[in-house]
Amino acid sequence: MPSLGADMDEGTLTQWLVKPGDTVRRGDVVAVIDTDKATVEVECFDSGVVERIMVPQGERVPVGTPLATITTEPAQLPQPAAPRPPCPPALASPPVREYAKQLGVDLASVSGTGRNGAITRADVRRAAPVVTPEPRGAPAAQVATPKAVEGGRTQVTPYARQLAKQLGVDLAALTSDSTGTPVRAAQVRAAATHQPSTSGEPTTQSPQEPDRLTAMRLATARLMARSKREIPHYYLSTEIDMTRVNALLRGRNLELPVEDRVLAAAALLKATAVTARRVPAFNGHWLDDQFAPGTAVHLGVAISLRGGGLIAPAIRSADELDLAELMRRLGDLVRRARSGRLRGTELTDATITVTNLGDLGVESVHGVIYPPQVALVGFGKLSERPCAVDGLLGVRSMVTATLSADHRATDGHTGARFLSTLNELLQRPEVL
Amino acid sequence: MTPEQSREIVVAELLRVAPDAEMDGLAPDTDLRSALELDSLDFQNLVANLSRRTGLRIEEEDYEQMSTLDRCISFLVGRSQQGHS
Repeated sequence: MPSLGADMDEGTLTQWLVKPGDTVRRGDVVAVIDTDKATVEVECFDSGVVERIMVPQGERVPVGTPLATITTEPAQLPQPAAPRPPCPPALASPPVREYAKQLGVDLASVSGTGRNGAITRADVRRAAPVVTPEPRGAPAAQVATPKAVEGGRTQVTPYARQLAKQLGVDLAALTSDSTGTPVRAAQVRAAATHQPSTSGEPTTQSPQEPDRLTAMRLATARLMARSKREIPHYYLSTEIDMTRVNALLRGRNLELPVEDRVLAAAALLKATAVTARRVPAFNGHWLDDQFAPGTAVHLGVAISLRGGGLIAPAIRSADELDLAELMRRLGDLVRRARSGRLRGTELTDATITVTNLGDLGVESVHGVIYPPQVALVGFGKLSERPCAVDGLLGVRSMVTATLSADHRATDGHTGARFLSTLNELLQRPEVL
Repeated sequence: MTPEQSREIVVAELLRVAPDAEMDGLAPDTDLRSALELDSLDFQNLVANLSRRTGLRIEEEDYEQMSTLDRCISFLVGRSQQGHS
């Protein structure tokens, strides 16, 4: 079970997309798992032949649990103890090292139970000198009961899946329509009302708030508490004139069909990504008391989920995409975060994150950094404000940009350079 | 397009961008974006779907006239009549 972000301890294997004997390549999607936050497609990190499935569908297991074994030589398949493929000598992944530090555990004294003897979060927790409370109130209740597996690759929104479990609706009986729209909560509710009620309780009554929401709240709570505990944040902000960006986009959008129109939000993302490349001290991770610069700009985008919760998957190499492509990726990412599936790498790759609360009408946001990242850029709403321009008072479209940064990695002086670079880019939107 | 047809289309498309929205409780004169928590991307999707279903061209400048359920419905009716005149 891969760690899909610093806030994940366990995951439920919802669906295997391969079976023993299948040939897989590095990067292939082999399984679908549910974290507390999203349904995620897990990519294979090796090439070879699937030897054995070790975690059945529906089971919830801790991060680090081997899901399956892969052998690189098909000829070795019959051998019960086929050698595992070679793997980098990393004893523990960066998030696990971070976790160990947090709990005061010396990794040299821990024996790993993970893949190739790697130390997992669970190993660290067991080795912790003090008993740490179990992260979840009633873990037993969260273990999925055996149930019918959805047929084929029917898409189901995470909320609908949760609701189906609560209402006892068999998802196999519901199929997404021909347009590929995922099965939604409303369909599950409708199906539930048509099912004979076994308990005599009216099933149309609104169910308890789903466990998933509670779990997501808890995951966010732990991550944010850790961020504020470990990261000495400092905050800078500046007002940015968006008049030129708006004019450029309005002109371009006039010629485009609605779905291809580029929103100002995409220009803000692009400008942030290019700034992160030019001022690289903010692009990367803080690990083991030092800054590990990112090799590319993978821009995390904070996305609020319908029904509650927050997730910040990354747009890979966002600085290299043109505005139209970035806009398409943003739309795709939001759609998949809310109703479909995210890739595992999208949840772990972000090197810097942007949060845009402008649509909700706030002036500015001083955000909390996602560990182990070292910076978070916030944007408020675009609004017409009185502004001194060339000695005259004018009305300009303005946005407040904020930088929350990790003082261990950078100082305010560098932070100021980040925001001024961002501002300069947005005054020359044609280069974006 | 009649107001009834317009309403039917608007409600259906709103439910597509905000699947768990309680349409019965939505006041016709409240701001759609804040009532249904639509971000700019959601709103763009809504407009794109409305444009595709009605065949009407909708510009960014028109978005302001589509801020509430009622305004959205009458905007589509008005725009469809312009097309025929």
